[in-house]
Amino acid sequence: MLDKANVIDTDKVVVRFSGDSGDGMQLVGNIFTNVSAGIGNQVSTFPDYPAEIRAPQGSLGGVSGFQVSIGNDVHTPGDLCDVLIAMNAAALKANARNLRQPGGVAIVDIDSFKDSDLKKAEYTTDDPFKELGLNAQVLEVPVTTLTKAALADSGLDNKSMLKCRNIFCLGLVCWLFDRPLEAAVNFLRKKFAKKPAIFAANEKVIHAGYDYGHNIHAGVSTYRIESEAARPGVYTDINGNTATAWGLIMASEKSGRPLFLGSYPITPATDILQELAKRKDLGVKACQMEDEIAGVCSAIGASFAGNLAVTSTSGPGLALKSEGIGLAVMAELPLVVIDVQRGGPSTGLPTKTEQTDLMQALYGRNGESPVAVVAPASPTDCFTMAFEASRIAIEHMTPVILLSDAFIGNGSSAWRIPDADEYPAIKPNYVPDDLAGSWKPYDRNDDQVRYWAIPGTPGLAHRIGGLEKDFVTGAISTSPENHERMVMVRREKIERIANNIPALEAIEPQGADTILVGWGGTYGHLRTAATELTAEGTPMAFAQLRYINPLPANTREILGRYKRVIVAELNTGMMADYLQAKFPELKIERINKIQGQPFKVSEVKDAVKAILSK
Amino acid sequence: MEENITTQYTPADFKNGSPVRWCPGCGDHAILNSLHKAMAAVGVAPHNTAVISGIGCSSRLPYYMGTYGFHTIHGRSAAIATGFKLANPEMTVWQVSGDGDGLAIGGNHFIHAVRRNVDINMLLLNNKIYGLTKGQYSPTSDRGFVSKTSPYGTTEDPFIPAELAFGARGTFFARAIDVELQVSQEVLAAAARHKGASVVEILQNCMIYNNGIHNFITDRETRPDRTIHLVHGEKMIFGKDKNRGIVQDGFGLKAVTIGVDGWTIDDVLVHDAHTPSNFLHQQLAMMDGHELPLAIGVIRDVEAPVYNEDVDRQVEEVKAAHGFDSLRSMILAGETWEVK
Repeated sequence: MLDKANVIDTDKVVVRFSGDSGDGMQLVGNIFTNVSAGIGNQVSTFPDYPAEIRAPQGSLGGVSGFQVSIGNDVHTPGDLCDVLIAMNAAALKANARNLRQPGGVAIVDIDSFKDSDLKKAEYTTDDPFKELGLNAQVLEVPVTTLTKAALADSGLDNKSMLKCRNIFCLGLVCWLFDRPLEAAVNFLRKKFAKKPAIFAANEKVIHAGYDYGHNIHAGVSTYRIESEAARPGVYTDINGNTATAWGLIMASEKSGRPLFLGSYPITPATDILQELAKRKDLGVKACQMEDEIAGVCSAIGASFAGNLAVTSTSGPGLALKSEGIGLAVMAELPLVVIDVQRGGPSTGLPTKTEQTDLMQALYGRNGESPVAVVAPASPTDCFTMAFEASRIAIEHMTPVILLSDAFIGNGSSAWRIPDADEYPAIKPNYVPDDLAGSWKPYDRNDDQVRYWAIPGTPGLAHRIGGLEKDFVTGAISTSPENHERMVMVRREKIERIANNIPALEAIEPQGADTILVGWGGTYGHLRTAATELTAEGTPMAFAQLRYINPLPANTREILGRYKRVIVAELNTGMMADYLQAKFPELKIERINKIQGQPFKVSEVKDAVKAILSK
Repeated sequence: MEENITTQYTPADFKNGSPVRWCPGCGDHAILNSLHKAMAAVGVAPHNTAVISGIGCSSRLPYYMGTYGFHTIHGRSAAIATGFKLANPEMTVWQVSGDGDGLAIGGNHFIHAVRRNVDINMLLLNNKIYGLTKGQYSPTSDRGFVSKTSPYGTTEDPFIPAELAFGARGTFFARAIDVELQVSQEVLAAAARHKGASVVEILQNCMIYNNGIHNFITDRETRPDRTIHLVHGEKMIFGKDKNRGIVQDGFGLKAVTIGVDGWTIDDVLVHDAHTPSNFLHQQLAMMDGHELPLAIGVIRDVEAPVYNEDVDRQVEEVKAAHGFDSLRSMILAGETWEVK
């Protein structure tokens, strides 16, 4: 029976599921997350999966992981996990460094630690735990044996039985964290609605796992996670890519312009195309085109035709779309370009996160070609920033690049579903009635924004294109003075967006003379690091940039208040260079990481301390 | 679009008064005139018409139209036109391209637009040369063609646009030559009426860099014997004296003279542009003016599912089936929990 002495009360705990990429780790991770969110925990997840769909079984290259942090004040999936589930020897080896030591618990399927397994995982001795130097509780569970035993009478073949091993572990973890099993069973019922035999087997196995924990638990700590009341409302679990897709739909509703997506599958951005393809039920037209270039070009055509037009991709695709984006700059059409950044250059690290496309987004086109650039700070912020990207694109007739990344795109957290009236109306810059008759295609409003004439409207037929146009008549022009004037007016148009975006908000504790600055998806780790530093006696101000071009109007003022500005980012210093060029008076220090992985809070804190002690 | 059917337009309604800047004598002038006339004949209002082009001499065409127009980037106009049509299906969309723009840099978009059968009219102005960059060989230049980038002659075979269109499962293919204005107007109007991707190849002369490239076909003296104007439902008759015909010869075609060697008018094939099989269409399209006359007119014009119509239909079906009235209602129908 449950040994009360072993129950740990905590406000936050981190669990990591790991196994072969075919072991169903993402599935059990998702179910565990949803069950936890459903009982009121805050959640933040980090799926960490290999580029290979199915690497050789049991090999280090094939290890797939899913990390989730649950509890209160959760902003990141956590640095180290408190509980590691390792389905085989390779998974343990690949993830041992992610386990809190001492104090963590490793649950391993001991049936997958035979000599041949150890060999495949490239162990050099026959004692894997000693070889890894594990300083943690290890719970050796014969998961395979117990799963097969539970299913002995099921009539399933061996292969199908083995596929249920992950669910045994899910049951065990539900026991460990006191999660209601019924909620998990409900997810399984939905997942296997069309395969009743498989559902029955999984239902049996999840109970077997739960009961096993209940019966043999003696040596292991169990956890009870306290949870604060969240803001009232209806919640759902959402990952960043889904949030991005939904933010675009909200923008379509608030602007009255139909939503069009032209795209091409690319990791880790494909989920956006897949989600919007489902949303035909809301009138969305999401088209899988023949290549990345056709993705952006079909969107440009849809934009000219009067739609809220979007293309989604990752870094290599953004490179291919450059010329198209330049056309939208020149034709001054609204266009949202979503780049879910991954490790580069070239094919790079397709499934891993990085912030290395900043310069490409800002400058990666021929000619003087300014575009707006924004970056969401978290999975749920993807909703807001996709909405904002659309709003800026439509209200300022410009391409907007949204720099998401693999970490927040795949990561998820609980999200309060907003009411439509929580978001402002988006006002397309249509040709005003009093201009009809005299209107020319490059006429502008006071913010230098060209008017949008929707094809099909009588009296507004016009021609635009990639050639330079006359400022007044809109006809082709090669005049030197006119070209310079047009370059400057396109630039001014982007700069004026600063008047139409929120001010930068910073956390500014008393006594801080240093500000930690990040941008985009590193928000959770950096904010947590700054908060912890402040709590530990090193007051640390913090600001996360979400509007990058243009920067919020008060950026210089806020950063200028501090003796030191430390810019932390997952590249070699692109934002630091950008800010230094804009604000040469600032003393900018840098924290950089380029490992395809998010920051760890601890390493940010250490790096900050190292800078402060210089 | 009731107004489009009842309102009569003149070619002038599709012009915009800008000075046309192609070289004097360029075949594009005649094609532009034919297009203005065809548009007036079809009767879709200028404000419900869009002309979208890529880069090259022919791609300047939108600037000479009184319609909505978009002069885009090299090779991409088929993709841009596809997105435009999906987004605004009430518009009639013309996509204008040359042999370099459409079949070299834009080859991928060309075949996929044809494969999808999106309802756009794809004009391919084929002068077998890069004109705007001053004279390099193109993907339709014949093997051995000498140009600035092939000073010793090309060592590659050209695309035959019809073959490419049929390979991409095209539902409409027509051919015209710039100097035959009547045929040009006829095929352009037929392309506009066809539902789906309509490919129209127009053989066009470049006065400056490839003058006379189509002379073998277009020469006024020999044209009647080297071309055949195909019309659906009519006998395939050609020649100065209208006494020659196309007959089936085993698996191929053969040109015969009626009354010679026992051939009679009854042996001559009747053109069927609407038959689903493209086998004979391809045979006809491959005739090159040597053994057999080059075919002009509508070679293939068959009905097939139209991409943008099916997208719209699916949207309506799924909307009706799921019944959501907003993003919020869709989300609330999924997995949620309430915090009070």
